[in-house]
Amino acid sequence: MTTMISSLTKEILIISREQDVVPFRNRVKEHAVKIKMGLVNQTKLMTAASEMIRNMLRYGEGGQASVETISKGSQSGVRLIFVDKGPGIADIQMAMKDGFSTGKSLGLGLPGTKRLVNEFDIQSELGKGTVVMLIKWANG
Amino acid sequence: MERIPILKMGPFLLVTIQVDLYDRLALDLEADLVQMVSKTEAKGVLIDISAVSIVDSFMGRILGNIASMSKLLDAETVVVGMQPAVAITLVELGLPLKGVSTALDVEKGMNLLRSIIQVQDPKEEDDDDDLIFD
Amino acid sequence: MFVNISTTLKKKKSEILELWIKNQLADSHSSEDLISNKELRGQSEEIVNALLNNLNENNINNSQSSDFDLLAELLGAFSIMRAKQGFSPRETGSFILSLKEAILEVLKQESADPNQLFEESLKLSRLLDNFTILTFETFIKGREEVILRQTDEITDISTPVIKVWDGILAMPIIGTLDSARTQVVMENLLQEIVNTGSVIAILDISGVPTVDSLVAQHLLKAVSATRLMGADCIISGIRPEIAQTIVHLGIDLSQIITKASLASALQYAFKSLRLEVRKTSLENKATTKF
Repeated sequence: MTTMISSLTKEILIISREQDVVPFRNRVKEHAVKIKMGLVNQTKLMTAASEMIRNMLRYGEGGQASVETISKGSQSGVRLIFVDKGPGIADIQMAMKDGFSTGKSLGLGLPGTKRLVNEFDIQSELGKGTVVMLIKWANG
Repeated sequence: MERIPILKMGPFLLVTIQVDLYDRLALDLEADLVQMVSKTEAKGVLIDISAVSIVDSFMGRILGNIASMSKLLDAETVVVGMQPAVAITLVELGLPLKGVSTALDVEKGMNLLRSIIQVQDPKEEDDDDDLIFD
Repeated sequence: MFVNISTTLKKKKSEILELWIKNQLADSHSSEDLISNKELRGQSEEIVNALLNNLNENNINNSQSSDFDLLAELLGAFSIMRAKQGFSPRETGSFILSLKEAILEVLKQESADPNQLFEESLKLSRLLDNFTILTFETFIKGREEVILRQTDEITDISTPVIKVWDGILAMPIIGTLDSARTQVVMENLLQEIVNTGSVIAILDISGVPTVDSLVAQHLLKAVSATRLMGADCIISGIRPEIAQTIVHLGIDLSQIITKASLASALQYAFKSLRLEVRKTSLENKATTKF
């Protein structure tokens, strides 16, 4: 049995400079609190958001990030979608490995972020950009 | 421009981070702190992050950098007051901040710094690291 | 001969209700001890009213019609109640199925034309089958809620944090350590470290049946998180067979302090806090001294 995911509320923010991460994290927190997500899961989700925003700014020259409250059956959660029009990722499997980095970071970005959330999906096309979707369930 | 204040307390420097960090702010703190350590010849640096609700990989790296840089200038760094949720998230992220000493609160951190310095001072050759959790 | 099925049934309402209740009571599976006759009658009456008062020629083919909202709500409430009271699926299902029988029985008495009887029976059957499915769905949802609540309770009671000394916490872990459990364990332990200002935490795994690489990973995570907070973590209660598995699987636990028993972990903790426990010479009664 597959249950449909339905979106309840959605907000979209434009990400163009570093400071934009602060209001976005606050929106994420508001949504997480609304569905009574526990503090640890809230922190994981906000940290994941932070990682993704940094990636967008560093590799994708900014873009837009959306946060929405969703429900699936009796579960509720928060879904974040990050869309950039940057150069894209050549080898996603490689990028998902621990320790891989093209920039001067620790290379924890994508695989680390994946460990912080329940669902993680990345799609990228060279020259077109990257879309990352992640979901954290309230009790996940 | 926003900056995080650095307080001098005897031989130590105390930084209390009370705002949400973004990259520029963290990088400025790193530069300012290293400058201060050099200028004041501080023996220890206490970074209180009890008001910080998230530490991501970049900020984790900055904390590690501060510790390594201060070490080069002969100062120990102790990160104090990390919230449980932040600690769990950092571990899950794969960033256990190796090489950074930690303590529960400013008082315990201060005691830890004193004991490290005491151990180092009398006999410089014997580098006793027993009290650092690394 | 009837022309309008809904008005016919409305007229026969009390008859349907009596027949339905009789059916339910006759059903040998019905659990009398779980629900009183009076309550059963009350529920049955509400449902018959909600069905027949809102039934008309237009909505008989459409169980989704908003006319049946009240009925759906009642059925949902009753089946969730039954799930929580411990009714079996068969009992809950036959509750609504026996209503269909009662209605069809009455319909048979009223009808002379077999063709029409068949047509109308089919329509009613379809409608009531839909309500049966709805009842079942809510019944299962009710059961799931019960299971969810129990799971929460188990996780809560199985992770106590004990303050064994000023500055020393112990946490006995009983049962399997999966990632969800690890998170609860870590959360409780770290929160308690903050609350009590403890500097040493002992995780006792005597009650953990097996340690595979995944469980070891979870333990290492708990130790790392404790260190980040500024406290030390000791793993105690390592049974010989667990030590064997750990080495055979090639798991590296050399970075953490491990002790065979809670007692030796406590001793280690005392030593690192520079505490001493000894017998006093004055009396034979053992007392602890700093």
